Formats: sequence, structure tokens, C-alpha cells
Amino acid sequence: MIEIKDLHKSYQMGSNSLHVLKGINFEVKEGELVAIMGSSGSGKSTLLNILGMLDVADEGDYHLDGVPIKNMNETKAAQYRNKFLGFIFQSFNLINYKTALENVALPLYYQGKSRKVRQEKAMKYLEQVGLKDWSHHLPNELSGGQKQRVAIARAMVGEPKVLLADELTGALDSTTSYEVMELIQKINDEGNTILVVTHEVDIAHMCKRIVHLRDGIIVKDEKIKQKRASEYVQ
Amino acid sequence: MFSRDTWKEIFISIQKNKMRTFLAGFTVALGILIFVSLVGLSNGLKNTFDEFFRDDATNVFFLFPGRTSMPYKGYKSNRQIEFDNSDLADIKKTFPQYLEYITPRISRGALVSYKEESNNYTTRAVGPGHQFNEKTIIMKGRYINEEDIKNKTKYAVIGRLVEKDLFGDKNAMGKYVDMGGSAFKVIGVFQDDGGDREERNIYIPYTTRQLIEKNNDEIDQIVLAFKEELGYAGAMAFEVSLRKFIKEKKYIHPDDENGLFIRNVADQLQQNNQFANVIAMVFSVFALGTIIAGIICISNIMVFVVNERTKELGIRKALGATPRSVIGTILLESVFITTISGYVGMLIGVFLLRSIGDKLEDYFIMNPYIDTGLAIFATIILIVFGALAGYVPARRAAKIKPIVALQDN
Repeated sequence: MIEIKDLHKSYQMGSNSLHVLKGINFEVKEGELVAIMGSSGSGKSTLLNILGMLDVADEGDYHLDGVPIKNMNETKAAQYRNKFLGFIFQSFNLINYKTALENVALPLYYQGKSRKVRQEKAMKYLEQVGLKDWSHHLPNELSGGQKQRVAIARAMVGEPKVLLADELTGALDSTTSYEVMELIQKINDEGNTILVVTHEVDIAHMCKRIVHLRDGIIVKDEKIKQKRASEYVQ
Repeated sequence: MFSRDTWKEIFISIQKNKMRTFLAGFTVALGILIFVSLVGLSNGLKNTFDEFFRDDATNVFFLFPGRTSMPYKGYKSNRQIEFDNSDLADIKKTFPQYLEYITPRISRGALVSYKEESNNYTTRAVGPGHQFNEKTIIMKGRYINEEDIKNKTKYAVIGRLVEKDLFGDKNAMGKYVDMGGSAFKVIGVFQDDGGDREERNIYIPYTTRQLIEKNNDEIDQIVLAFKEELGYAGAMAFEVSLRKFIKEKKYIHPDDENGLFIRNVADQLQQNNQFANVIAMVFSVFALGTIIAGIICISNIMVFVVNERTKELGIRKALGATPRSVIGTILLESVFITTISGYVGMLIGVFLLRSIGDKLEDYFIMNPYIDTGLAIFATIILIVFGALAGYVPARRAAKIKPIVALQDN
């Protein structure tokens, strides 16, 4: 599903160049649930942003579902993001003047779906994350966990090939984190490919594979025995 | 781009961001309102000036005799100058190329009565040309003509209000009125845009007046009109020659300012028009400044709006919004707000001007108005520049990488 070869990325900081990614090679197959772990500054968020076409690499190849992602203009990138990828952010990034339902329906709007389809589908996914009764609430009327679940519904609604989650539990307490991870595991069980960036060990161990990143290179890539989040949730 | 969904997005965005919408809308509405008001008031001022002169013809000189203040050619100073019929004939003979018409005017107050009704009116003994310089409008019958002058007929042309005062609802035509002891036949009734005072005048042949006053040939004032095609410069030259000619004929010292007075309506009109134009120009500068200030304000607000929305736009881009759709949404929203509020501002301005009407007449502003085309043009200018001002930051926002936009707080 995801295939990257020899990926490099540097940031220009004044006169100094900061080499963040120093040749990443890595592959993700369909249906995997991968955690990318590393301390801050290890380059994990940069990697995720490049995978999400939010940022571009300086060097290296990136294939998403067999399609080479290279030299894309903004319009093309936007269309690919819309079709292939779903994003879940640490700070939720919901549009604060839109209701939960409207937020979830937004990717479908950019897919050019009709209003009726958008409403129905958005409602279906809200129901899946257990927020059907909150569909007409604004984000500031929801708790952190609820907001993240709305964000997950929004990431899912476009039926993407890959879900990309950047520190999705970073702003949540541990109980809520486990609830959210339970939902992520459930979505993965249904066959969706998910990449989770995290620096929390317990969150990483709820995935099926952990990729350790340090100073811009992969130091360890291991398959693990998944811990079910439901064990932690009362 | 103009689908129902796009509009719905815009309406939601407007509804949920009332402050921002209000700011942008208020600026545009206020800009247009001030523009419309300024232009309207300046037009009102011009109206007053026009009104001032509309009553009378503008190609007219009024000649008044005075009292000399210098001795000249054996005549002492302080001598009263008088006009007589020969002056009319001489001017006519000397300046045929300039002259449109010439008429004397002898004004006298008189008690005028018809049956039991009587009142004091001003009678003006004039020639036929006088109808043109006062722009007298004949309602019934006719004005004084050359035959009346030759035959010294006792005919009178009375104002509309004279008829109303003396005859009530009855027709005055053909009736005889008593005017200072003589009976005059009413041969015409007139109206005048100059107001009530003008319509309480009575015109009679000047020769008849001279006959009544012991058959003399004296004239109070001479009114003459020059040919319009002379233009302003020609009129000024004519005034100089005319002054010279009469001063010579009446033995007035060339430097004596008091022997003869000429009121040159064209000159006065010119000066007043210049004054009005200067004021109109000042107003135009202010109006233009308002529009420019409006454009700057709307530009600032658009920059503010886009900055405020950077994060939202980043989210939208992450979810698949193309740069084009980002620009489209912002532009359409800004154009929508400026159009609605610009239109509202224009309407308020126009209604404001309408409601002023003649309430500010004391301040020389009458019936202020704005040309609808100009008002719409100014509104469109503001909308276009608002859109342009929105486009630049919108394009910048669309170019920002989603990751940068998402980091924006």
C-alpha cells in the first residue's frame, strides 16, 4: 500500500540546514496497523506529513497504492489527499463553526458528492464512532474524546486507502486515549490500513507493528503482539 | 463554482462569523453612503446656484443711471444722469452686431383696483423684449407688442397672483382695471418662475407710462440682451464698449465709476458657476478619497479575514480542497458581502438625499441627488477592488502548504 525508498528531507533554518530524514526505506501492506515511534525531533511527524502529501520530500521515491507521488501540483495533491488519505490530528482540527455532522461531511463535499449522500454517509460514520446523538453540536460543545471521534469519522468518511494519525491521543487523558484506540483497532479489524505516529509506548503496543525512528533513520522495525485496548477500558 | 452547495458553504460561513461579516459590510456600506451623500450634497449646492439664475435670462445687461462724482467737459460733478428714448435708439444703431433686443424699464408703485378689490402693485413700463429677459410665461392673451408701444395703448399684462387677488376665480381678460387713476385693459396674464413677488407685477407699454407722466421721454433703466453666440469673452468686450459709448454720450468722465452702472448677468453667472465648480471639485476630491479609503479598508479586512482563516483553510486543504476552491470560496464570500452591503449603503444614501429635499435650503443645498449610474459605478468599483483585495491574500493562503497552515494558531 505504501512504499518509500531512500527518503530525504531537510529544513532550512537560516543559514543552517537541518537534515530531518536521512534515507528512510519502508513499506506498509494493506490492513496493517503501524505505529511510528520516536522521541521529539526524530522526524516521525515529518515522515507522516510527507506520507500525507502535506509536505514534500527532497529526495526519494514514494508510491501510494502503486501511484508514484512526485512533482505534484497543489490541485492534484488535494485530489489525491481527498481520495486516498484520511487525517487524524493531535489537535483535532475541526472547523469550529461547523457542527459535528458538517465537519464529517466536508471531505465528501470536496469529492463532489450530493448533499443527500453527504448527510447520509456522514451520519453513518458518526453512528459508527458512537456520536449519532451529537451530530448537531459544535466542536466546542464536545469533550476531547468526542472531538477526536468526530475527527476519526471525518477521516473515514471518504473511504480512504490509508488513515494517518499524528499523536491522535496526545491531547487526551489515558482513559479517553484507550477508548479512541479501541475505535482505531476496530476500524483496523475491518481491514483498513492505519499509520499512527506516537511517542507513547502503551499506544504503540496497541498496534501490530512498531517502527522506531531516531535522528532521521529507522533503527528498529518489529512486528508485535497487539494489545487490545478493550482490556484497559472498564 | 456557483452551485447551491457553494452558496450554502458561504452562507454558513457568513452566519457563523457575524463580526467579520459586519466589519466588511459596514465599511463598504459606509463608504458608499458617504460617497453618495457627498456627491448628492454637491449637486444640491449646484442646484441652488442654477435656481438662482434660472428665473432670468443670462445674456442680459441692466443699465442704471447714477450721479457723477467727477467734473468733466465743463459739467460739475454730482450731476444726475438720465436715460431717455434717444439712448435706446443710439445703442440700437451703434451695436447692431451685438444686440439681441433692448427694452427700457420704468418701475412705479400703483394702487390698482377692480370693483371693490384693490391692492398696491409694482407696475413695470417696458418694451416687448422685456418678456425674454425675465422669462415671463404668458398664460392667457399676449404680452406688450410694438403696436402697443407705437400707439401708447392703455393695455396691461398682469401677473397670475394679481388676477387671483383682484378677480378671484373670474377671468381678468378684457376687463378694465384702475391704475393710479387711469383705466387699463387687461390683455394678458403671465406666470414667472421667480416666485410670488414676480407674479404680483404688472407690465404696461413704456410709452404709455411716459404719456401719463406729462409725455416725457425719460427712462429709469435700460435692459438689453446680447447675442448668445458672443460667448463670455464677447459679452465682456461688449460691456466695455457699451460703457465707453454711454459715458461719452452723457459726458461722464471715463474714470468716473458713479455716473453709470451696468449689471452684467453673464459675468455674475460666470463667477458663481466658477465658485460652484470649485466647491463641486472639493466635494469630488472628498468623495474620491472616501472611495479610496473604502478600498483600503476592505483590503485590510480581507487580509485580516484570510489570516484568521489560515488554519481553517489548512484543514480544508488537508481534506481535499483544491487551491481553486479555496480562492473561490473566499472571493465569492467577499464579493457577496460587498455587493449586498454596497447596495444597501447606496440605497440608504439615495433615500437620505431624497429625504433632505429642500430642508437644507438655508445652507444653499437644494434637492440633492446623485446620478444613479454614478452611484452604481462607485458601488461596482468598490466591489471589484474588494474582490481584487481579497484575491491577493486568498491566493497566498491557497499557496501555503497545508502543514504550515495547520500549525498556525
